[in-house]
Amino acid sequence: MAESRPAPVPVVESDDDVAPEQSARVITREMVIMLVVPPVLVAAVFGAFVWWRQTAELDSVEAQQLRWGVIRSLMWEHVQLTLVSAAIVVLVAVPLGIMLTRGRFRAAAPVVVGIANAGQAAPSVGLIVLLFLWLDGGFWTAIYALSLYGILPVLRNTIVGIQGVDPTLVEAGRGLGMTGAMTLFRIEVPLAIPVIMAGVRTSLVLIAGTASLACFIDAGGLGEILQTGISLFRFSLMVTGAVLIALLALLIEWLGRVLELATRPKGI
Amino acid sequence: MTQTESSPGSSPEGAISGAELRLENVVKRYPGQKAAAVESLSLTIPAGEIVAFVGPSGCGKTTSLKMINRLIEPTSGTIRLDGEDIRSESATSLRRKIGYVIQGGSLFPHMTVATNVAVVPKMLGWDSKRIATRVDELLDLVGLDPDRYRDRYPRELSGGQQQRVGVARGLAADPPVLLMDEPFGAVDPITRQRLQDELISIQRELRKTIVCVTHDIDEAIKLGDRILILQEGAKIAQYDTPDTILAAPANDFVADFVGAGSSLKQLSLTRVRSLDLGQPTTAHVGEDTGPVVRRAEEAGDDSVVVLDDRDRPVAWPWLRQVRHNDRVQSTPRELLVTLDQAATLNDALDTMLTSAHSKVIVTGDRDRYLGVVDFESVTEHMRRTERDAAQQMQDAGGHEAVDADG
Ligand SMILES: Nc1ncnc2c1ncn2[C@@H]1O[C@H](COP(=O)(O)OP(=O)(O)OP(=O)(O)O)[C@@H](O)[C@H]1O
Ligand SMILES: [Mg+2]
Repeated sequence: MAESRPAPVPVVESDDDVAPEQSARVITREMVIMLVVPPVLVAAVFGAFVWWRQTAELDSVEAQQLRWGVIRSLMWEHVQLTLVSAAIVVLVAVPLGIMLTRGRFRAAAPVVVGIANAGQAAPSVGLIVLLFLWLDGGFWTAIYALSLYGILPVLRNTIVGIQGVDPTLVEAGRGLGMTGAMTLFRIEVPLAIPVIMAGVRTSLVLIAGTASLACFIDAGGLGEILQTGISLFRFSLMVTGAVLIALLALLIEWLGRVLELATRPKGI
Repeated sequence: MTQTESSPGSSPEGAISGAELRLENVVKRYPGQKAAAVESLSLTIPAGEIVAFVGPSGCGKTTSLKMINRLIEPTSGTIRLDGEDIRSESATSLRRKIGYVIQGGSLFPHMTVATNVAVVPKMLGWDSKRIATRVDELLDLVGLDPDRYRDRYPRELSGGQQQRVGVARGLAADPPVLLMDEPFGAVDPITRQRLQDELISIQRELRKTIVCVTHDIDEAIKLGDRILILQEGAKIAQYDTPDTILAAPANDFVADFVGAGSSLKQLSLTRVRSLDLGQPTTAHVGEDTGPVVRRAEEAGDDSVVVLDDRDRPVAWPWLRQVRHNDRVQSTPRELLVTLDQAATLNDALDTMLTSAHSKVIVTGDRDRYLGVVDFESVTEHMRRTERDAAQQMQDAGGHEAVDADG
């Protein structure tokens, strides 16, 4: 950039500059692959499943469980369980995480993260059954259990994300006359969004997988196909259940990535 | 460039828009520390001046600076802005009246250049039209083309450009006082020198009260109307003009800190504007090259300084390059390294080293072209001052030895 020699002639009026020229939001090739491959893969495998389902010879038990109406409603239950729990997790964990980075609550952060850690380390079936004994079965019991189970990644990432914001930026904000709330909502939270959203994605996947256990407490979900397959010893049902759960998890992980990209503030 | 007194933020040259700052017995003791970081600092910073705080690392410069905008609260003592105790209003409203610029610019990465600059005006509730006008005015002031830069994100700027935006953000609400903590510490030497020049040029126009922390004595000499040299615990070693500090260091600490070599010191004390500037052939962008080449040949010049429509230098082609085209061409202004008239001879020599011309273009307010300085005129000036100094020594007899004791 130390350039005081006469410019080469002929000189074109150009937008050349010493600063790096890049678009404000970098989309790498890796990201494109991450965004395109999973839906394609899911569609292909699901297509293969549909073909098999239409052509295979099924006995009455299998035909009963694999009716399209049944599959659709189980899948819908599974999606509902996942999304509602994830929404609750975000609504609880993000504000809680933010609070645990503020002044007097800061000291409590390690304790709360420790508890959340322990919660996640507990076997998920155990947690669900425990809640069942306490609250009876059904959709909302499953939601409680799944939310508890999925809270840690979001909570931890919120705390880490906010603590990871460059303190000189926060001080610059205060030095310019921002109040504490302004530095929080205009600087710290926006800059922590990518980390928080990574936590949300992890949590989504975790919940989608664990929701397969909701069938044990009459909350439905794709786990039911698997469970029927196991108890009635129908191999086709076991495979179908496993495959559908895997496909849904892949799709939800993909959704998480899209969310991550969409919420990422421009410029970072 | 035409300024009226009423236009916001641009007072006519010479009118002071700064306010006096006074520190009275200010002490800062961090919890759990034996020695105070700042032990009783008293000091008056006159309105409209740049005061440079220098001193060794850890001597309390940053602490002293941050007490002025209450990022750090003093343990005891009083700080007055324009006679008023700074504790008489809330810290946030005080800070909106005091510009703050830190190393590297510390721009908010998720906000565009315009949004960054607009932070304080927005908090002050300016309407959006006034803010937009002000942002463009400031970007122009710090040498960035508003159309090109206002919608960029900090990531898309070079370090020097980020620093410029940082200065613009600090000046946004036209505060009477500007605090700068090692503002140019994170950029390369040539960019740093350019930013210093620009700050001096801006200050000529605005006359703010500026406190600038630096650990570079050359920067302090160049920028400061006064220099505050601090020792451990923010004890004042000397507080005076650069000339006095160089000519009569108060004690060994100052003498050591300032360093030796009187004629070399002269290099960082003399401004380019005090030399006679050469006036080579100039041309404006888009002019027919025919007459330009003729003018240059008559004057015996082998290159031509090309100016834009605001008389800012944009290119410096050799004559044979000019001949290639029908019309005079420009390059992006950033590619040409120029010197502000307030740059020191030190800067001039540095810049010449990287120039193909062994000359440097000198500019005045808002980058307007003034002339060129060449190597001969610098060395000539040095030789003259050395001769003068030797003459004075002879006249003064043995005074030097006495001074060294005091
Ligand atoms: N937040 C803090 N808590 C405790 N001690 C501090 C704190 N900030 C600074 N200090 C101490 O106060 C003294 C002065 O620090 P200060 O940052 O003002 O120095 P400085 O002159 O700006 O140094 P530098 O040139 O390295 O930036 C140092 O000894 C430092 O260790
Ligand atoms: Mg410091």
